Order: sequence, then C-alpha cells, then structure tokens
Amino acid sequence: MSEAAIQAITMPKWGLAMEEGKVSAWMAEEGAAIAGGEEILEIETTKITNVFESPVAGVLRRRVVVEGETVPVGALIGVAAGAEIPDADIEAFITDFQANFVVEASDAAAAPEAETITVAGRQLSHLRMGPEDGPPVVLVHGFGGDLNGWLFNQPVLAEDHSVYALDLPGHGRAEKNVAGLDVAGLAALLADYMEAVGIGAAHLVGHSLGGAVTLKLAIDQPARVSRLTLLSPAGLGEELNVAYVKGFAGAEGRKEIKSLLQQLFADPQLVSRDMINEVQKYKRLDGVTAALNALADAVFPGGRQGLVMRDQLATLAMPVQAIWGRDDAIVPPAHGEGLPDNVTLHWLERTGHMPHMEAAGDVNRLIAG
Amino acid sequence: MPKKSFRQAINEALAMEMRRDPTVILMGEDVAGGMGAAGEDDAWGGPLGVTKGLMPEFGRDRILDTPISESAFIGAAAGAAATGLRPVAELMFVDFLGVCLDQIYNQAGKFRYMFGGKAVTPLVIRTMYGAGFRAASQHSQCLYPVFTHMPGLKVVIPSSAYEAKGLLIQAIRDDDPVIFFEHKVMYDDEEEVPDEAYTIPFGEANLTREGDDVTIVAIGRMVQFANQVADKLEGAGIGCTVVDPRTTSPLDEETIIECVEETGRLVIVDEASPRCNVATDISALVSERAFSALKAPIRMVTPPHTPVPFAAELEDLYIPSPERIEEAVRSVMGAQA
Repeated sequence: MSEAAIQAITMPKWGLAMEEGKVSAWMAEEGAAIAGGEEILEIETTKITNVFESPVAGVLRRRVVVEGETVPVGALIGVAAGAEIPDADIEAFITDFQANFVVEASDAAAAPEAETITVAGRQLSHLRMGPEDGPPVVLVHGFGGDLNGWLFNQPVLAEDHSVYALDLPGHGRAEKNVAGLDVAGLAALLADYMEAVGIGAAHLVGHSLGGAVTLKLAIDQPARVSRLTLLSPAGLGEELNVAYVKGFAGAEGRKEIKSLLQQLFADPQLVSRDMINEVQKYKRLDGVTAALNALADAVFPGGRQGLVMRDQLATLAMPVQAIWGRDDAIVPPAHGEGLPDNVTLHWLERTGHMPHMEAAGDVNRLIAG
Repeated sequence: MPKKSFRQAINEALAMEMRRDPTVILMGEDVAGGMGAAGEDDAWGGPLGVTKGLMPEFGRDRILDTPISESAFIGAAAGAAATGLRPVAELMFVDFLGVCLDQIYNQAGKFRYMFGGKAVTPLVIRTMYGAGFRAASQHSQCLYPVFTHMPGLKVVIPSSAYEAKGLLIQAIRDDDPVIFFEHKVMYDDEEEVPDEAYTIPFGEANLTREGDDVTIVAIGRMVQFANQVADKLEGAGIGCTVVDPRTTSPLDEETIIECVEETGRLVIVDEASPRCNVATDISALVSERAFSALKAPIRMVTPPHTPVPFAAELEDLYIPSPERIEEAVRSVMGAQA
C-alpha cells in the first residue's frame, strides 16, 4: 500500500444547517478492519442521531474523536489505513490534517442555500446539489415536510447525481397558498417545476404524499420520469392515519408536536429538540395551518386517500421501486403487499414512516443503485 | 435563512403589520424624527434607529412624532385603541412610566373590564429597558414587574431576534394592551429570522436548553446568559433546562412546574430589582405548587436593591452575570447531599 492509503474519516455535513456533530458512540474498535459502507459511528446532530457509514475501507487505526465529543463539520474523527503503515506515519497524518483544518472550516460558510423560484405563478423554494451534468434526481417531500427533510440523502446522492429538492406550496419556504391543489394539481406543478429548471426526465423520489404526487406524474407524463422511487407512499390504498394528519395540521404546542413526530419513527428517541423547534417555527408562519387543513381536505377528503392509483402501477414502463418501513404508523405497510411484478418492493425493518431519515444509508443505496 | 438583528426583527414586524392592517399606526418621540424642525425627515427612526424607514413607506399620517409628553401620547394611544385603531406607541425608556402610568394601568388596562367586554384596547407599548448601556439610573431599569403586577395588561419580554418578531406581531394582533420590552443592549444581536410573518402565542414558555439536573428560569436578556451557563456546565456533567417564559403576564406556570418536577432544582435569573420581581413571583409559585419536588433551596440571581449605578465598573457588577448564575447552579447541585 502507498502513503495515499492513509485515509481521513471526517465529520459529515447532513443538511444545510449542520455545523457540528457529536460522536455519540463508536461501533468499530481501533485496529479492526472496516469495509466501505460499514456502520462505524453514531453521530448526533441537533436534528437527529444517525449511524455513519465508513466512506473508506481499511483498518481503523485511530479514533481521533472520543465518544461524547462534539466537533465541526469536516473535522477529523478517525483514520483508516493498512495495518502495515507505521504508527508514526499515522500520527504525522493526523498532525498534518489538524494543522490544515482551519482553512476548510472557513469554507463551510459557502454551503449551498435554497432559492425561491416562481413556477406556474406559484412561489416555490428549491435547492440543487451535485454535478450539473449528473443524472437528475428530484426529491419530493410529504405532507408537512420540506426540502430539509432530505438532509441525509441529498448530499450523499449529490456525489454523482444532480439532485433537486423542492418545497411544495404550503410547505417550507414556498408560498402558503394551496388553493386548487390536490394530488393531480401537485403533479402538474411538479412537471412545471421540472420544465422551469430545465430537466427533461428525472429519477423521481417521492415520500408519502410526495410519493402519490410522483406516481401521478409518472402515470400522466411518463416521459418526465426515467425512474420512480416511492418511499412509504400515499396513493396505493384508501386508508391512512388521519388522526396524525389532522393532529399535525392543528398542533401548536410543543408537547403535541413532539408526540406527533414520534409517531413518524420506529424509534421515537430520534425526535430531537431541534426537530420539534423547526416544526414549531414552520407552524407559526402565517397561513400554514390554513394551508395544511386545505391540503388535507383536498388530498384526504373524508379522512380517506382521495386518489388511489394502485391499478395503474402495472402500466408503468419505467423502473419502479417502493421502499417501506415495517413499522410505518402513517401509511399502512399493508399497501405495499400484492403490488404488481414491475414494482420492486424493499421492506426496511425497525423503520417507521421516515425511511430516508431512519434508514438513510439503505435508502440512499437503493436510490443510487 | 437570513440572519437579522433584534432591531431589524422589530422593524420588520412593524412594517409587515402596517402593510397588512391599515389600522396599525406608530406614535412616539422621534419615531420618525425631523417633524416641525429644519432637520431631515426620518432623520432618527427612534433614538436607536428601530423605526428607521417606516415613515418614508407609511407617511406622516401613520408614523406620528409626538411632543415630549408621555402622559399625552400614551393616553392618546389608549383612546385611539379603544376607538378602533391598533396603535403601537413607543415609550422611549420604560423608566418614564412614572409620568404616564395612569393612562396605562387605570385606563387602557381596565377598559375591557369596566365596559363589560364591549370595548377592546389593542394597544402595544414598545419600551426599552435594562442596564449595561451606560445610561445611568434613570434610563436603565427593568420595570416589567410593575406591569406584571397589574391585571389587564400583557407583558412580553423577548430574549432574541426570532422571538422578538413573532411576539411583536402577536402583540399587534392581540386585542388587549401589551407592554413589549426591548433590552437596549440586544439590538445588534443577530440570529436566523424568517422573512415571512409568524406569531408566537403568549403564555407559552420556550425551553432553550434541556437537561436533567437544574431548571434555570431566566427573563429577557438573562436567557442568553443562562444558555451560556447551560452550555458550559453540560461539559462538566451538569444538565440544565433553561426556561424562557417569554411573557410574564400571562405566565406559563405549567411548564415551569413541570421542569422543576423533573429536575428538582431551581435557579431564577431576573435583571429586575430583587424585591417583588419576577424571580420572587416564580419562587413563590414553585414553593406553593412543587415544594415536594425540590431537592435544594431555590436560588434567585438578581441585582442588589439599589438604583442602577452610573460608574461602569459598578454597573457591570450590578447586572447578574454568567459567573453568578453558574455559582448559583453549582450551589443547588452541592446542596444535593
């Protein structure tokens, strides 16, 4: 092995707002062989705790950061190298890295920011990451979500894709007027958005209500969709947890929001203070409660899903996969049973309604694969 | 999200509500500046520039520079509120309440009750408070306990720029008289503040930190100090919950009680003079309703019972400091055994 075989493992940046992360647990011992993609760390951000998969393969030679320590994004947390590399070289590598690190930290301010964009007379917000000429991927959030919900996915997929995430009307930084929008209307708006940013066809990834929206677009305008990934999607059956939808639309207090958010995850401990705060800040914006109620009435009339497209799945010519958490408490996992053969279904164990957050590594691999 | 100062957040809240509702007006000394003088219009925008830019947008009919007579213009604002406008009056320094208190507590605060609920008084009085500005004892006090004491008034003390914008919009839309306190050394403090309008409800405390060992209730600027202490002590293995009540009237008693029941220890930080301040009020509340949860005596961190000194060294000593808060937190931890 050459000198280049000494590889840095650094604090990842999960989402725009992440500036630092806490190593809450090491899952690999010093001296152990680690494979690329192996879960080696648990990292706690202000938003959520997640496992960190090693970007490199080799022997974990040093844990530079101890459990419980918080370091900025980009900081050295561990070093991997071949077993034959002398300790002195590892030490020199660490000293070198630490000496140069300050420069990198100052670049953090140049992180990409979401921008507003007007599409079909509506003001939306969106963020693009990754190489401009990479294959396009469009991420579409669900009811009450926003583009920041892709914090564990967008930066990873952006390594070799041009990844777009947008805020639908009523959500995030988009306008709060949702008049006239239902699943079909949102699908048409999504097509207009793709037109506006100059994407012909893309791999569409839709979560929950966003799943129904991307599926509707794949049915109505198949030329827009090269591939379809549905995460815990709506649109495949009438039932859903309407108490959650109504509760979320009406919730104001912190405790109420916390208990609702906990329903989204198999592990309710994942709901952090900051996650609750961000939802609370969103819900305080003028027009949000009215928008969520109006949208809920339009897409879930009478507490049922208004548009069920199950029978049309088999007619889709592009590759289609569905990813579902076994413990999804919002859209019944039963809707994933008995799908036609052209749909590849992936079940994720110990995962709730937010597979892209709770099992980000698996979901990223399935989207990229 | 864009970063904005406490000053910008307040200016933005005023501008947005004036655009949304034509009945919102501003009045106060030099809120525009230059009226009736040879000076330039909008020369001041208030003594610290908080209302700068509003007069050019909304005009002299809605941005009213008043004579230096608080009793007259605060009374006029109360009357205007009772007859259908939503005035935001600026009492430049809260220390001047002595010359307009009757208009506030005996008039504005009582209209709803004396007229059988038929009259509402959607009046906001914005006012500067607090020490640390080298402005001496007549311009440095924290008089929110006085207003908290008086029924019929709502009392809001924002602890940051984000809080200020949401609480001020809520105050302007509220149908009762609201006294809105702005700490004068916080105007340049920045944080992320949404461009959109949003409201933060009154009577809902904010937990700015969460920990298992000690509850720190802090008011206004003191929330920042409490956060600093909580962050420092987390590294030392002491977990602090910091409660920002946001409003002292109404007061979110439930959240305070719940936090004390979880941690068993309470430190209250209040920049107001120690007799009959918010700290003593919260201490009494917890003593009455959560006494059995306490593992240590309640500690209050306040200034001494003196006017705010003008000598810079003494003024710095007067204001509750992070060091004194830390000492209080450590002392209630030590009392555990």
